[in-house]
Amino acid sequence: MENLVNIQVIQNIVYIISSVMFILGIKMLGKEATAVKGNYLSALAMFFAVGITCLSLEIDIKIILTGVILGGLIGSLIAIKVKMTAIPEMVALFNGFGGLATFLIAWSQFNEPSNSMFQHALIMLTIYIGGITFSGSLIAYGKLSEKLKLGKGSKVTNIFISFFYLSMPALIYVIAEPSISQFIPQVPSYFLIFLCLTLIAGIGFVMPIGGGDMPVVISLLNSLSGIAAAFAGLLLLNNVLIVAGSLVGASGLILTIIMAKAMNRTIINILFVGYASSTKASSSEEQGEVKPITSDDAYLILENASSVLVVPGYGMAVAQAQHVVREMGELLEENGTEVKYGIHPVAGRMPGHMNVLLAEANVSYDVLAEPDDVNPSMDTIDVAIVIGANDVVNPSATEEESSPIYGMPIIEVHNAKTVFVLKRSMSSGFAGVQNPLFFRENTRMLFGDAKESIGQIVAEFKD
Amino acid sequence: MEMYFLLGFVLLLSIFLGLELISKVPSTLHTPLMSGANAISGIALVGALMLSSAGQMQDILAFGAILFASINVFGGYLVTNRMLSMFKKK
Repeated sequence: MENLVNIQVIQNIVYIISSVMFILGIKMLGKEATAVKGNYLSALAMFFAVGITCLSLEIDIKIILTGVILGGLIGSLIAIKVKMTAIPEMVALFNGFGGLATFLIAWSQFNEPSNSMFQHALIMLTIYIGGITFSGSLIAYGKLSEKLKLGKGSKVTNIFISFFYLSMPALIYVIAEPSISQFIPQVPSYFLIFLCLTLIAGIGFVMPIGGGDMPVVISLLNSLSGIAAAFAGLLLLNNVLIVAGSLVGASGLILTIIMAKAMNRTIINILFVGYASSTKASSSEEQGEVKPITSDDAYLILENASSVLVVPGYGMAVAQAQHVVREMGELLEENGTEVKYGIHPVAGRMPGHMNVLLAEANVSYDVLAEPDDVNPSMDTIDVAIVIGANDVVNPSATEEESSPIYGMPIIEVHNAKTVFVLKRSMSSGFAGVQNPLFFRENTRMLFGDAKESIGQIVAEFKD
Repeated sequence: MEMYFLLGFVLLLSIFLGLELISKVPSTLHTPLMSGANAISGIALVGALMLSSAGQMQDILAFGAILFASINVFGGYLVTNRMLSMFKKK
């Protein structure tokens, strides 16, 4: 007995130390100069916390070793093999596994005898959040990797959505179950039904949300997995779980808010309303002739430009054009042109998506600028090259009050002297809003695959 | 019950601390931060290791929790590190 108490004391001390390391680690992760060290520090904290927990184990060591080694192998393999363009869906996948782990932890706790009312409620909440995080993340993974095409409006989606709404009263029921079971007949195996329902509810939660809103959804799911871990910590009376889980919950929440702000929408609007229901009224009649251009002509204009702003969007990720874009940027700089990249916070499918792709292609991060940095001096830019971005450069957001995206902060490329828009076709962006930018006097459309188009320009420069 | 109040207090303070710590993050670091935080949520591994072993069902649940939390931990940290190593100034 004496021995056991000592072990617990040591464990708690180490948990406190690793909590502090997690806090410092996540703080360092938020600054460019210290980010790498921050990640190491938090990994070390994880190592300590896991290691010290192993001093008192009930589960068979074989089970643990098999689980950790197998999980470690799978995780490492995915992390090393994955292409940088597939990062959003992979983060979603890992996140889902974290949620599943808490779901299983709470399930296991439910099977324990003698849970108090409070523990019972905590178990249900943890299962609910963990389960929704898991299945929601899987759907997000499916959507991001384009394996899942179902979206808002289809019958299947609507069925899942109704299960999502059904899951909320069900949660209240299962929490209250021990206290009301004397008064109303018990639902047989209500717990198993609830387990399935949370998983289906997670599908209904994410399925109707469209691709352009994914940065918000991913950061929200990330936040939820942290909160689920914190609740599991309450359940197991473990302080390091609570601290680490809460930190993740808070950081995910902040990212979610930043993303929502960058779209000038509320989180509720993104999750439950979406664009489609608010768009139809808009009447962007500002149609007209678009002016197509060939890459030969584009090259001639670029050769004489003294400043160029590249504005990438999801289209650059799809075309995997980041490497040729970097090459073009370097050639332009050799030619004496000043090159900057204008990065909108919600361009792409996850927070900071464009930054990762450009970093992969070796673009230095000090030439990446945020909208507020580039907008004031936009009229001095000779050529703005929009690569597969649409809604984030739509002038309706600043000019047309009836537009559904009115008020969203954009990169105001329409104020540049010339705008090149690289696009595969004339289809509208994710928001379903026609983009008047394409019909502007100073806009030239370069149709085709972004990688090929820029590749041709690069070839011309080399000649 | 007292224990829960105390731990609930820890939970709330940690959330506020988290909100304060990362209220101003440059957008370059949004993805690494998200992915790094995601790795931290793999702390569920500690919870999984604390589970009890009573019967086959409990063992299966514990094994599942350990397996998936481990994927989260290893994958999360490795991919964050890979991403961060690409960010450099010239």
